[in-house]
Amino acid sequence: MLIRHTNKIAESEVTPLEVYVNRRTLMKGLVGLGFASAAMPAAALMQPETTDLPLYPGPAWLQPRLKTAPTTIVAKDDVAPYEACITHNNFYEFGTGKRDPYERAQDFNTDPWKVEVSGEVESPGTYNLEDLLAKVDLEERIYRLRCVEAWSMVIPWVGFELGKLIKQLNPTSRAKYVEFVTLEDPDQMPGQKGLFSSLDWPYIEGLRMDEAMHPLTLMAVGLYGNALPPQNGAPFRLVVPWKYGFKSVKSIVAIRFRETMPENTWRMTAPGEYGFYANVNPGVDHPRWSQATERRLPSGLFRPTILDTEMFNGYGEEVAGLYAGMDLKKWF
Amino acid sequence: MVLTQRLAALRWGWLLQWWLVFLSALIPLVLLLNAGVNNQLGADPAKTIVDELGTWAMNFLWLTLAITPARRLLGWRKPLLFRRMIGLYAFFYALLHLLAVATFILGWRADLIVREVSERPYVIAGFVAFLMLIPLAVTSTRGWQARLGRRWLSLHRLVYPISILALLHLVWLIRASYAEAILYSLLLAFLLGIRLHYFCNGRSK
Repeated sequence: MLIRHTNKIAESEVTPLEVYVNRRTLMKGLVGLGFASAAMPAAALMQPETTDLPLYPGPAWLQPRLKTAPTTIVAKDDVAPYEACITHNNFYEFGTGKRDPYERAQDFNTDPWKVEVSGEVESPGTYNLEDLLAKVDLEERIYRLRCVEAWSMVIPWVGFELGKLIKQLNPTSRAKYVEFVTLEDPDQMPGQKGLFSSLDWPYIEGLRMDEAMHPLTLMAVGLYGNALPPQNGAPFRLVVPWKYGFKSVKSIVAIRFRETMPENTWRMTAPGEYGFYANVNPGVDHPRWSQATERRLPSGLFRPTILDTEMFNGYGEEVAGLYAGMDLKKWF
Repeated sequence: MVLTQRLAALRWGWLLQWWLVFLSALIPLVLLLNAGVNNQLGADPAKTIVDELGTWAMNFLWLTLAITPARRLLGWRKPLLFRRMIGLYAFFYALLHLLAVATFILGWRADLIVREVSERPYVIAGFVAFLMLIPLAVTSTRGWQARLGRRWLSLHRLVYPISILALLHLVWLIRASYAEAILYSLLLAFLLGIRLHYFCNGRSK
């Protein structure tokens, strides 16, 4: 069964620009607060600003929850335009070009969706995404995303704290790591058929248990107040804002609690270039390019937005404690 | 009378061909500018422009190297007339590529430029290839050709190391997809291999 969640809506139906601008002003009022002290009203959800592009309202069971999610964390930087966010993606399952996922993922079937929970956990099983989401509250969080390729964007996710779900799944005391697996389905994901790709499928990623339980670690199901577009990892993806983007694995079909450190796809491909931790760190360059600065997209052509990359992508205050005593040059 | 007419016709035919090649080689740039003006370069236009200009610098470089084999294997002599122009277009696109990196990616920030050129192997390979192209472009005129005589040919053999450096520049940038690099590598292996073959078999013409 193929369900498309894309549709185009008329100019008159969308939020008037004035309201949108007011919302942006409202958001900017939170500059520097990081964690907003009180949840924002639901109306503060970031909305797409243009209408020529597909919108992704999501399955009926999810829509009302997306619309009522309060905004809880707001990065101080300007949010990326909707177009940039949904047309510039590294999702190699759909091709290696930045625009490939947007062009090739529109028919990707993401509802119904099942997630297998296994390993060192007391509630293993295969869950409908809908049932998993029934266990948690949704919220909007605006995070910086820093790609290992030295560009970055600010993105308004809707999702929930991974830790809150993990608690309900009851991992055993032997669970030290969490492994995540992306769907492998070459019929739907043309990039998995590629002859000249060095990546092994399915894409896997992992976190240490304390990283997975950290309150900043998000599982996203929405973007710009709507559902996640397929090219952004629908219907269910990880978002770890202090790590390089490749850690934030997309379209997750399995969550495994493990006693030993899981592999991760990029580290398997090039262990000298990509580590397990992959914390954003301006002091540790990628062997082939510098990580000291980043280009914030969208970046003006003649005045490119070049920013100094911050340790832990600027989330050091919250997460540096996780790595106390660790040599982050060694554990890059 | 008939002779002058035929000469004039030849002259016009030649001019037409010259302009055809000259303008065709500008098509990639025109398409890029057009896409830029119409906002069709994607969310990261800087990267798109840089990649596209670099690709065309390599395309023209490979094309320059294909002209001699085309004559030897296929008997095509006409492209020889345009080798200088095509070589200069390789330089032209390489120069634009470099300017695009400095302007759109690095914002002409001296610290970033120094960092890139001194630390990044793929940048160094590409930059050295560009520096080596400069004397070739400068000495591409008939005047310089006459002035340098036999040494002109030796100097212009620099195009071989240049092409290898350009390929290295591309290969070093790969993250996961080898398709493009394999294509350029195979083509270059053929274009240089055939020269080696002729060289070893002692056939100078």
